[in-house]
Amino acid sequence: MSAPILTAQNLCRHFEVKTGLFGGSHTVRALDGASFDLVPGRTLAVVGESGCGKSTLANLVTMIDTPTSGSFAIDGKDIQPGDELRDKKLRAKVQIVFQNPYGSLNPRQTIGKILMEPLLLNRPDIPADEREKRAREMVELVGLRPEHFNRYPHMFSGGQRQRIAVARALMLEPEILVLDEPVSALDLSIQSQVLNLLTDLQDKFNLAYLFISHDLSVVRHFADDVIVMYLGKPVEQGSKEQVFNAPRHPYTKALMSATPMADPANRVERIKLEGELPSPLNVPVGCAFNPRCWKATDQCRAERPPMSGGDHGFACFHPEGPEQ
Amino acid sequence: MSLLEIKNLTVEFRTANGPFRAVDSVDMTVEAGDLRAIVGESGSGKSVSMLAMMGLLPWTANITADKMEFDGQDLLKMSARDRRKIIGKDVSMIFQEPMSSLNPCYTVGRQIKEVLRQHTPLTRSERQARAVELMDQVGIPDPAKRLSAFPHQLSGGMSQRVMIAMALACKPKLLIADEPTTALDVTIQAQILDLLIDLQKTEGMALILITHDMGVVAETVDRVSVQYAGQRVEEQEVNALFTDPHHPYTAALLAALPERATGKHLPTIAGVVPGQFDRPKGCLFSPRCAFADDLCHSTQPGKASADLGEALCHHPLKNGQPVSEEPA
Ligand SMILES: Nc1ncnc2c1ncn2[C@@H]1O[C@H](COP(=O)(O)OP(=O)(O)OP(=O)(O)O)[C@@H](O)[C@H]1O
Ligand SMILES: Nc1ncnc2c1ncn2[C@@H]1O[C@H](COP(=O)(O)OP(=O)(O)OP(=O)(O)O)[C@@H](O)[C@H]1O
Ligand SMILES: [Mg+2]
Ligand SMILES: [Mg+2]
Repeated sequence: MSAPILTAQNLCRHFEVKTGLFGGSHTVRALDGASFDLVPGRTLAVVGESGCGKSTLANLVTMIDTPTSGSFAIDGKDIQPGDELRDKKLRAKVQIVFQNPYGSLNPRQTIGKILMEPLLLNRPDIPADEREKRAREMVELVGLRPEHFNRYPHMFSGGQRQRIAVARALMLEPEILVLDEPVSALDLSIQSQVLNLLTDLQDKFNLAYLFISHDLSVVRHFADDVIVMYLGKPVEQGSKEQVFNAPRHPYTKALMSATPMADPANRVERIKLEGELPSPLNVPVGCAFNPRCWKATDQCRAERPPMSGGDHGFACFHPEGPEQ
Repeated sequence: MSLLEIKNLTVEFRTANGPFRAVDSVDMTVEAGDLRAIVGESGSGKSVSMLAMMGLLPWTANITADKMEFDGQDLLKMSARDRRKIIGKDVSMIFQEPMSSLNPCYTVGRQIKEVLRQHTPLTRSERQARAVELMDQVGIPDPAKRLSAFPHQLSGGMSQRVMIAMALACKPKLLIADEPTTALDVTIQAQILDLLIDLQKTEGMALILITHDMGVVAETVDRVSVQYAGQRVEEQEVNALFTDPHHPYTAALLAALPERATGKHLPTIAGVVPGQFDRPKGCLFSPRCAFADDLCHSTQPGKASADLGEALCHHPLKNGQPVSEEPA
């Protein structure tokens, strides 16, 4: 395995939000301590319930937003706030594809214009004819047809639009691609086209993927490594095989058991979680999962379990599977 | 007598470019207590066929059917007024876009109680108690307090659960749930699906579930119809559908499931769904079908026999291989 292209240490992003009429304020711990590596040619998936901080994490890695604390380095160089403004090459290294293939493309621009724009803005050194040549090559690379170059986004299906979004993200030759729910708005048959495309592009360009998804069957097919997040904190992380075949954190287990499997002959008894996902405004004391956990003890209600377990990490005092 | 019987339902929309057939000769029979799903590509007419039955399509829709009966009553002959007495009470629907179907000006409690006031003889205090009970059933914490919330004060998942509570308010005999769990997290989704199955067991409610999620289908329903380009192309019992699909479209759809992937690449279906102007002459799936021959390209198929899932196909599949059968 090659050396990581991105290394993140204890990344946090907290938001101050005003509450009530009296100028009180509260801290939303949207992301509260994530550490991981992104490796060329590999896919790290981030899974967890809505609001657990997946998009917040994506925004930090893409330098759209800056961490409250913690640090990350790209190619061994520590990233400071504002670096991406000073260094266009750095910015180009990390690109993002968003969930919604309808909202993220400008309806007034042709596909050609959409693809050439990142070069126009970030690489003014590239002449116009070279720009167009690269955009036309990219159209082919993502499996669209040459005649699509002058068409507008509304003339394309959801899957084709998502190909265009991927093509645009690749124009600057990034090394890291952040994919924030890239297939959740798509039909099953179109989803597989887009996933296949991403697989091929990763092989071809040795890209590192940060893949955000709530669909565990997609993650199981597509990822190499997995982080399971709960209320802003990673609760388990490891290789796909480790996390799926031998989950240690009760939340991981509950999440997997709640995910419906397309196999009617093997309907399984689900683990029923009591209670709601608590708000990140009001994170429970101790382990954040304790109010919904069937194994919780006084220790869980008082202390926050640290991440332990080496390359298959889990933050739990009473893990599933083999006893410590 | 079946709870719901639809024969040969067709819906055409008037559009600036001429008529567009969104639903094409669809049949559906639902018995009391049935757990059903309708699956198929986006735009295949799943929502429109159910909205047509409920009488909820705009005037640009031209609806025809040989038969459309609910609980022994002929929906085709019924006045709009009589239909409204049934709709919302005995048949209710959870709509695909929960946010846009709640009225932003009223509290959710008022909206639930209004449904109860219209369709049940409950007293004021009974309506209040029932509203709390419903909010609790759909897993909304602190239900009594949440009744006074306005829709914009709730998250997407909570609004979706309020919609579900409203749809269940009058103990419908048939619930049509159009993507009821898309805005919900898997752990909450599991809770809602368990509730729906429970209502089927305890109250004998029938359910028609419209969804893209084959996992939800596999874990919730007993029978599945598959739609493609406005047509019902196959209908089978759920286990049989997943193990031995008879229409090539169903087979291709199931092959695209990531959990069935064997290699790095997932199988895909080449081409796109036909639109208004490129409807094929023969079978609508023929341009994308791996098994299509001249007959398929030139002639519309009829329905195969029931043991072949009434597949709308000249060469329905058995264990993945086409069998030659003349349409029944
Ligand atoms: N700018 C902000 N100000 C205040 N709170 C925020 C802000 N951005 C995000 N949050 C909060 O931080 C938490 C994490 O949000 P985030 O968008 O990262 O979740 P997510 O895991 O991507 O969820 P989803 O699956 O719904 O997309 C949420 O509770 C959200 O409300
Ligand atoms: N009011 C309308 N006027 C014209 N065409 C319409 C109208 N409503 C729906 N359609 C068209 O009818 C077809 C069937 O739509 P429908 O909403 O039933 O699809 P669906 O199977 O429910 O898809 P999805 O899975 O995306 O919800 C679509 O092509 C849609 O664009
Ligand atoms: Mg998000
Ligand atoms: Mg629909």
